[in-house]
Amino acid sequence: MNYKEITWQGLWENNPALVQLLGLCPLLAVTATVTNALGLGLATLLVLIGSNITVSLVREWVPKEIRIPVFVMVIATFVTVIQLLMNAYVYGLYQSLGIFIPLIVTNCAIIGRAEAFASKNPWRRSAYDGLMMGLGFTLVLVVLGGIREVLGNGTLFDGAELLLGDWAAALRIELFAVDYPLLLAILPPGAFIAMGFIIAIKNAIDHYREQRATKPAKEVTRVRVTAQ
Amino acid sequence: MTFKLAASPHSHQRRTTQQVMRWVYLALIPGVMTLIYFFGWGVIWQLLLAIATAWTAEALCMMLRGRPVESAWRDHTALVTAVLLAISIPGFAPWWIIVIGTAFSIIIVKHVYGGVGQNIFNPAMAGYVVLLISFPVQMTSWPLPVQLSQVDLSFLDSAVLIFTGYTPSGYDIEQLRMGADGMTMATPLDSLRTALNHQLTIDEALQQPIFGSFAGLGWQWVNAAFLLGGLVLLKVRVISWHIPVGMLLGLAVPAALAWLFSPDQSVSPVLHLFSGATMLGAFFIATDPVTAATSKRGRLYFGLLIGFLVFAIRTWGGYPDAVAFAVLLANMTVPIIDKYTQPVVYGHGGRT
Repeated sequence: MNYKEITWQGLWENNPALVQLLGLCPLLAVTATVTNALGLGLATLLVLIGSNITVSLVREWVPKEIRIPVFVMVIATFVTVIQLLMNAYVYGLYQSLGIFIPLIVTNCAIIGRAEAFASKNPWRRSAYDGLMMGLGFTLVLVVLGGIREVLGNGTLFDGAELLLGDWAAALRIELFAVDYPLLLAILPPGAFIAMGFIIAIKNAIDHYREQRATKPAKEVTRVRVTAQ
Repeated sequence: MTFKLAASPHSHQRRTTQQVMRWVYLALIPGVMTLIYFFGWGVIWQLLLAIATAWTAEALCMMLRGRPVESAWRDHTALVTAVLLAISIPGFAPWWIIVIGTAFSIIIVKHVYGGVGQNIFNPAMAGYVVLLISFPVQMTSWPLPVQLSQVDLSFLDSAVLIFTGYTPSGYDIEQLRMGADGMTMATPLDSLRTALNHQLTIDEALQQPIFGSFAGLGWQWVNAAFLLGGLVLLKVRVISWHIPVGMLLGLAVPAALAWLFSPDQSVSPVLHLFSGATMLGAFFIATDPVTAATSKRGRLYFGLLIGFLVFAIRTWGGYPDAVAFAVLLANMTVPIIDKYTQPVVYGHGGRT
């Protein structure tokens, strides 16, 4: 599998959130705003790269029978590292994501990549696969967070300074003022509905591409040679 | 002599969808008139807004799906959804409430699942729950019955209130909900719940002016009118008795048991039956043929489940009324009910 193929697989064809439908719990729980979504997406991305590299490096020495506990230990280590880093440098975001940072350990997308890709491929490719899968996951999180934040609050990038530092407070865009927020969009049901629509749009695009790719076969018209 | 070959099905439904739906909204008329009489002209404006939104949304969806627009308008199902939603929400709620709710009902609950006959949830109730969860303040601001209200709103005043949030004389909805003593009054079910939470007995709670002779003032007659309409539907066989009877029994029997055991802390069965959306739910909402169970026995269980859920949520839940939640929860159980109540085909299994 070459790098171009890995990119395509991670970002679109085999996107962890849209196609594999893995890691839905954090995906649905924290995407009420773009900032939260981006924060969790980046954390997942870093864990994924780290765990993919490590799993790939130790794959020759891990017996098949106990590989899952080993993978989980590796992932848990990286999650702890990320959690402590977030606690130190982006404390506001750390508090608003809460339990969902430690819960990255249980994100099936990560152990899925360790099992399906990293345990069978050299470390450079595994790292790149982690990057692309993580980016694909983050993209979906951000899109979902954007939809829910616009519908629910009428804003975008609200609280971005928690993640990116004080300058990012200027990123906040107020699209329209809401007197009464559409609570549905912020609550979990809104996440499920918006996620359903995103998956439907992805499938529609795939369907459209497929139709364009398969051109109608040339119709062979035969000349009638026999008399009627 | 010619033998005509006719393709199956050989037995026909006596009515088309359009005729069924026409009966449904004809039977709604007494209830709607009573609602207007007790809660003001706002209901009419909500109905108009809901119908306009439903038709627009329906046409939009049919165009997007590449289907003929006229056929959707002709079967009247969108109209019934719109009417049910419009009479479920408070009469003077701002205009965007009913527009968002109806659009959600038609576009997401009905057409995303495949249009008429394909939806697994009752569109009107799903729209109602979306509104109730998203805009709790507006959705619980029920106007006072006219007998208690301090301000009389004309037909046009109601429109101004719905579209701008204020009446021409400057009252907002909160002020309209105040009684003579300047206190905001809740709906009967709501004030019963509050009273019970404050350690009052039911008899003390019933002293409030919001209660009439046997249930909430106004609400009792609204429910009675929906009961009347529902009986008409039963008489002309648009609906069968299984769901309404099941639902009313499912609500009344547990309520009666609780009431017999502790009459001071339980709402009486009569009050349960004639409060909130009980009758509307039993005869018009739960009987939706698409989202209800299929077999007759299944429908009886379906109704019983809704009734019991209404009782449970009213008694122990977080919301004063529960018909919408109960109907949606029961909709989810329909596949299981259908699986276990499938009638045995003649000659296959069963008792010998």
